[in-house]
Amino acid sequence: MTSLLMLMPIALFLGGLGLVAFLWALRSGQYDDLDGAAARILLDDEKSGERVDN
Amino acid sequence: MTTDLAMQGCCPTPFIPDATPPGLSDRWARALDDGRHHVDFLAPDVHCATCISTIEGALRAQSGVLTARVNLSTRRVAVDYDPTRVNVATLAGVIASTGYAVRPYDAAALRDVTSDAQSRHLLAAMAVAGFSAANIMLLSISVWSGAVDATRDLMHWVSALIAIPTVAFSGQVFFRSAWAGLRARRMNMDLPISVAVLLAVGYSLYETAHSAPHAWFDAAVSLLFFLLIGRYLDHRTRRLARSAAAELTALSATGARRMDGQGQAHWVPIDSIAPGDVIEVLPGERIPVDGVVTEGRSDIDRSLVTGESAPETASPGTLLHAGMNNLTGPLRLSVSATGDATLLADIARMVAAAENSQHRYVQLADRVARFYSPIVHLLALISALVWLWLTGGDGHRAVQIASAVLIITCPCALALAVPTVQAVASSVLFARGIMIKDGAALEKLAEVDHVVFDKTGTLTTGRAQLTDAPPRDDTAWPVALALAAKSRHPLAQSLLAVGGAMAKLDDIQEHAGLGLSAMSSRGLVRMGSAAYLGMTDAQGMSIWVDPADGRGPRVFRFVDTLRSDAAAVVAALRARGLHISLFSGDAPQAVAKVASDLGIVDARPRMTPADKAAALAELAAQGRKVLMVGDGLNDAPALAAAWVAMSPASASDVSRAAAPLVWVAQGLAPVALALRIAGRARMLMRGNLQLTAVYNALAVPIAALGMVTPLIAALAMSGSSILVSLNALRLKWEARA
Repeated sequence: MTSLLMLMPIALFLGGLGLVAFLWALRSGQYDDLDGAAARILLDDEKSGERVDN
Repeated sequence: MTTDLAMQGCCPTPFIPDATPPGLSDRWARALDDGRHHVDFLAPDVHCATCISTIEGALRAQSGVLTARVNLSTRRVAVDYDPTRVNVATLAGVIASTGYAVRPYDAAALRDVTSDAQSRHLLAAMAVAGFSAANIMLLSISVWSGAVDATRDLMHWVSALIAIPTVAFSGQVFFRSAWAGLRARRMNMDLPISVAVLLAVGYSLYETAHSAPHAWFDAAVSLLFFLLIGRYLDHRTRRLARSAAAELTALSATGARRMDGQGQAHWVPIDSIAPGDVIEVLPGERIPVDGVVTEGRSDIDRSLVTGESAPETASPGTLLHAGMNNLTGPLRLSVSATGDATLLADIARMVAAAENSQHRYVQLADRVARFYSPIVHLLALISALVWLWLTGGDGHRAVQIASAVLIITCPCALALAVPTVQAVASSVLFARGIMIKDGAALEKLAEVDHVVFDKTGTLTTGRAQLTDAPPRDDTAWPVALALAAKSRHPLAQSLLAVGGAMAKLDDIQEHAGLGLSAMSSRGLVRMGSAAYLGMTDAQGMSIWVDPADGRGPRVFRFVDTLRSDAAAVVAALRARGLHISLFSGDAPQAVAKVASDLGIVDARPRMTPADKAAALAELAAQGRKVLMVGDGLNDAPALAAAWVAMSPASASDVSRAAAPLVWVAQGLAPVALALRIAGRARMLMRGNLQLTAVYNALAVPIAALGMVTPLIAALAMSGSSILVSLNALRLKWEARA
């Protein structure tokens, strides 16, 4: 029983981490353009992030 | 997937982009917090990776641009820039210079902002429900494997702790919709869902507090998860649909060059132009308002507005409409109608009216949902009452049975039945270069019994091709090519495409509306319309050339060629038992020729946009379900008014927005393909709904007899949902075969 009481919160916490990661990805707009994301794989030269200071 | 699309050659649009004047209003831009500005552009022609890199590369090379991102799914370009170093007009020019038609637009006005936010909320709700369902299911496994007493209670309590916040967050989608329906005195499908979820959670809490053996938390949360998947798929299919009427506002010019008293031209916004003003339209520009020509001669491309294949000459006294392209010479127009009164605005109104009437079509899933809701509630109530009577007043048992009935008649299979097929059909069509914007269109396609084609740009390629010319060694050829190189007239462009040696000519002059002249070693050479060279010629598209070698003018004749597979496709459609018609704005001879080539009996020439819409209304009154295939601006009202419509990607923006289906390939084969896939999809949708009905027919008696436990409920719901999804995937497997 004690092992259960320890393991269950741990399991839920780890699962929660996954959920938080998904929600973060959603909020940062990674799901807004799925077709574009698929097409960008074919491009070379993609720097991470498009911040360019001209 | 995009590599499967047969393209003419990547990317540049055949249309001349609107000239963007200096000082184009920066009203499209939004100011962000730290002094940056943000602007969105519509770029309807982007469709592949190269398009993304071309546009983004060009923008990033522009000084003052901070971020630039192309969204391929919605065909927008989002740019953050420094307003002190660059403005909207320059940005538009940069994109246009890469060959992509582009115009700024107001995201808030087109309601794009809310659609994206809704999509995100659905995904978030789905993620939370999925997380909870997975975890609660794991906890339930230990209960089903035989946990008892304190352990079982612990599992149930932890499940409750997970389930309650989940239902509060993810369930809102359904609660809000059910509540809105109730307030409007309607029972939509979200009502039994909401009742089932709330009842399951509430009842389980009660049971858990009394240490009972069964709790239904996993059923409630799994129900939410499956339903949200269906909702999200449905939402994704609809997201691409844009109001064509709103699209028309983006098509209209934003300004024009107005002449003042001293003969100087000033750019003014379109709103400040009034009837009676004189405006100037340069070659290559689109005419911004309706007006009568006061000075100048030119050739006008009317194809977008009337569908006529040959350019017409405009001279003082000619009435021109907003949306036509000025080709060869500068014109001064006296404005006759602006804004709401232009032909363009008329078309927009017809389109908007047609779009509103479309909302009356009720999709298959909604039709089923209408009687599903009352039946389910009735069954639950009856079971409760019967058990109440059988057990002599045992309320507990009665509620238990009623909950079981509500949960097991899980509408998740029903909610998934249609969206899954739509999602699979959309992806199958997309892989073949057909974009579908609206799930209802798929169902409607399957019911089509009559196909109406437009002529120019739909059955034909919209480009003139040489059919009749002097022999290649004729002296007319080098002269013609040399003169054609200096002309914007589309027939000259087609001639130039043939290629060949050019003569050396001096002093080439273009006489707008007439032709070109130049000096050669032999004397004055001329090329142009029959009237310019003093010939009488009744036949349509032709160029006359006089190379001054004493033998008189020779003629080059052009024809607008049919698309390569037009005859085959029309024959195939006729073989399927469909009626075929041809509606065109072009002259009778041109229409008759195409009709006879394709064997179409019902061919009507000289149809205005209003005529086409009226003819479709007539067919609809006869009970025909019409598929309209068209591309020009003059087809937009008809496309919006037809039962369902398809438009080629080369079409005007408005037609692409008005038609629920757009195809990319050069030929007409996608029309036949779309009809075939729609038929198959409808069969699978019906199959799925039948599966759901069978499932419910089996499940309800079992629940009513009190034999359903949470384990059985979980198995049944998951099983039915998976079965329905697998059935939908058949469409993909068959298409691949």
